[in-house]
Formats: sequence, C-alpha cells, structure tokens
Amino acid sequence: MSPSDRDQGRADAAGRASDPLAPATTPDDAVLLTARGIRKSFGDNEVLRSIDLEVRRGEVVVLIGPSGSGKTTVLRSLNGLETPDRGTLSFAGGPDLDFSTRVSKQGRVAMRDRSAMVFQQHNLFPHMTVLENVIEGPVRVQRVPRARAVAEAEALLERVGLAEKRDEYPFSLSGGQQQRVGIVRALALKPDLLLFDEPTSALDPELVGEVLKVIKELADEGWTMVVVTHELGFARQVADEVLFMDGGVVVERGAPKDIFTKPAEERTRRFLDRILRPFD
Amino acid sequence: MDASGWQLFLDSFWPIVWGGVSGTIPLALSSFALGLVIALGVALARLSKNRVLSGAARFYISVIRGTPLLVQLFVIFYGMPAIGIVLDPWPSAIIAFSLNVGGYAAEIIRAAILSVPKGQWEAGYTIGMGQATTLRRIILPQAARVSVPPLSNTFISLVKDTSLASLILVTELFRVSQQIAAFSQEFMLVYLEAALIYWLFCLVLSSGQGMLERRLDRYVAV
Repeated sequence: MSPSDRDQGRADAAGRASDPLAPATTPDDAVLLTARGIRKSFGDNEVLRSIDLEVRRGEVVVLIGPSGSGKTTVLRSLNGLETPDRGTLSFAGGPDLDFSTRVSKQGRVAMRDRSAMVFQQHNLFPHMTVLENVIEGPVRVQRVPRARAVAEAEALLERVGLAEKRDEYPFSLSGGQQQRVGIVRALALKPDLLLFDEPTSALDPELVGEVLKVIKELADEGWTMVVVTHELGFARQVADEVLFMDGGVVVERGAPKDIFTKPAEERTRRFLDRILRPFD
Repeated sequence: MDASGWQLFLDSFWPIVWGGVSGTIPLALSSFALGLVIALGVALARLSKNRVLSGAARFYISVIRGTPLLVQLFVIFYGMPAIGIVLDPWPSAIIAFSLNVGGYAAEIIRAAILSVPKGQWEAGYTIGMGQATTLRRIILPQAARVSVPPLSNTFISLVKDTSLASLILVTELFRVSQQIAAFSQEFMLVYLEAALIYWLFCLVLSSGQGMLERRLDRYVAV
C-alpha cells in the first residue's frame, strides 16, 4: 500500500467520524471483520456495552483509552479468548456468530483461526526454543510440513533480526526480542488479522522502539491489524482509524489527526491531556 | 562385629539386594507408572468444571489419604475374596500401591498444572490448539518441571512402602531379610543390613532426581 492510499484511507475515516459504521467507500476496501453490538459482563461488572467495529483489509485500527475501559476485552473477543454475552461477529467469507444464542465450538474455532494474537506478556512457550515456538502452530495445528514451516520461520526471524536466536530458549532473550518472537509466532500462522494487546506495555522503555518498528513495518506492508496501545505517538503514526474507549463504550472514533488534535468529546480530550501533558 | 557376623553380612548382602532388584524395584516402578496415569486422570477430573467428576476425584483423594496404606493393601488382598475377587500377591500389591500413588500424586499434578500461567493456555488457544492439545504440548511439559521434586518424594516413599508387601507374601527386599533373620536369629544385623540397602537404593534414586531436574531446568534462568 502506498502512502497516498493510506492518506486516502485516513480521509475516509475522517468522513466516518460522525457516522462510524458507514459502509466501505471504495470496493477494494473490502471489509474483513464486522462486530456489532458486542456486550460482555464479568459478574455485575459490565465491561463492554455494545461495541461496533469494522475492520477493512489492510487497515490498522488502534484502540486507546484508560485502563478498565474494555479495549483488551474487545481484542480478546475478536480472538475467541472471551465469549461476548451478546452481539455478532463475522469475518469475510466466514459464518456470522451471534452470541445471544449458543455459539458452536466449530464456529468459534473457525473465527479464532482468522486472527493471531500478540500478548502484552508475550506468552512464549518457555520450554521450547525460539524456532519451536514459531513452528508449533503451523506444524501441530495447520499440518504444514515441518521443513517448510522451518524455512518460513527462519525467513520471518531473519526479517525481525533474530535469525541467530533460533535455537535459544525464550528466557535468554531480552524483553524486546521476546516480543519480536511473539510477533513472528503470530505471523507464522498467516492470519487475516493481527491483534496486538498492549505489545509494549511490559517492556523497559529502551526496548519499546524495536518492537514498535516491527509493527510499523507490518502495517506499511499492508497487514490488517487491531492494536491496543498506550503509545499515542505510535498510534498516530500507524493508525488508519483510532477508537477512544471509556467505560465499555466507544466514545469517539476517527482519523488519528482528528482524534489527537481536535477531539470532539470532552472525555477524549481529558484522557489525551492526562497522557500527553501529565504535569500541566 | 565378629567374624561370623561379618560372614553373615556378606552372605546375605546379595540375596537381600536381589530381593530388591527382583521385588522392590519392579513393584515400585510399575506401581508408580500406573499411579501417575491414575493421578493425571484424577487431577484433571478434580480440575474439571463438571461437579460430579471433581466431586468423585475429591472423594477418591480423601479416602486414599485418609486411610493407612497397610489397610488398603489388606482390603485388596484379604478382603476382596469375600466378594469373590481373589488376587495373587503381586497384582494385589500393584493395585494397592498404584491406587495409593494415584491419590497423593493427583494433588501434586493438580498444583503443578495450576502453577502454569493462564497466558500459556491462551497462547495455545490463539495458535489454534484445542484444550487437549494445549494441555499435552504446552501445559504438561511445564507442569512436569514443577512436579519433579514432589513426585520424587512420592516415589522414594513408595520404594520404602513396598516393604509392606512382605505382609501379603510378596517376595521383595524386606521379606528376604525377614527370612534370613528368622533363620540366623541375627535380627539386629540383618535388619540393619536391610535398612542400609534401602538407603543405597534411595541414594541412587535421589541422584536420578537431580539429573532429571537439571535436564528440565535447561529452559529456565537459574
């Protein structure tokens, strides 16, 4: 995707700010994922109160908001790690999952297979080497021949600069390296959608950059992704659309330049002020 | 020790060791292997959301831990014939010991499974694995590392507890010693010798535990 395409995408997103779920304006902006009316409670705590989300192919959607706002729960619902109480989810070419009825296991598995998750705490398998971590999914689940999975894993590791670490165990890597392996493990599954759950929040500050750089490169290559992050500068650079969440709802959504420079909602403004100007 | 005592010690050493090698060790190994299978099943039942399953597992663990092993052994060997089940000494011993290990090791395995962070399950699910595959490929290998020290304890206890099998006529280390002691009337010497040989066996097992721990520790920073 060229930079001008990306600007075009931002212009579209800006146009959608008032009508967030306006249909795709260009036919090649095919919708990959549609979520409507997603609700989720943990006991009495209503974490999501009707979330709508649409992700187009090649688009980067960034979720921001205070902790407890429900961002991570949205992300986890997309990957089937949480089962919403209500709402529908569908991937292009897949079935509609309606969570107000009982969703079949096959339905959930089919949905989970469309995306791959990068966790805050990387969650690498400590008893496997870097290479084994990366090929576990392709070989064990997708039944890719081992030799091919290894070749692909090596190419991916090379890309993120970790080729020489292939036989190390995760504990011997730095936090940034571990997270890059986490990203490679997700890429190796060849998902339609990459999900990032605060991928840099657990890292030492000096290691954040190397991870964000990899994510930015993937975005530039046209990977479709949904990213939960507190790195607002990064969000601004990489996002096609930013969703600001608070209290289980999407308070505001739009192009990053609009959200970050002239937020329409008071709650968004207060949140940005707290983060960008904590000492004022 | 006088010369005849020393001679008796030497003469009985290999017969007692042989009693261990042909009786104690196979009895302990087979009971432990079977016991681990039972324990894994019981641990998973105990962790299950199904209340009947977890209740049954809880009951089993409670009975096994709440009754003496010797009584369990006698119920199986001397008691079961009353309901028409007559078992030879060896099968009786293996059944009793493996059921017993199953109860104790189940709690160890359950705790070890719970000690693996929840994120590891989630990582398994997100790469497309189901629950069973995640358990087998991701969780159990990590749980194994945690459970080696307590399971080694269980195994070493089991090796010594197999001496109880002498009471249902299984020929093992202690029964051989009893026969030698009765024949020679040198109780102190022969029983100390038996104790020494048990101890030697356990030293070997402890070093095996050390090797296993080092092997499983290769992927953690120490």
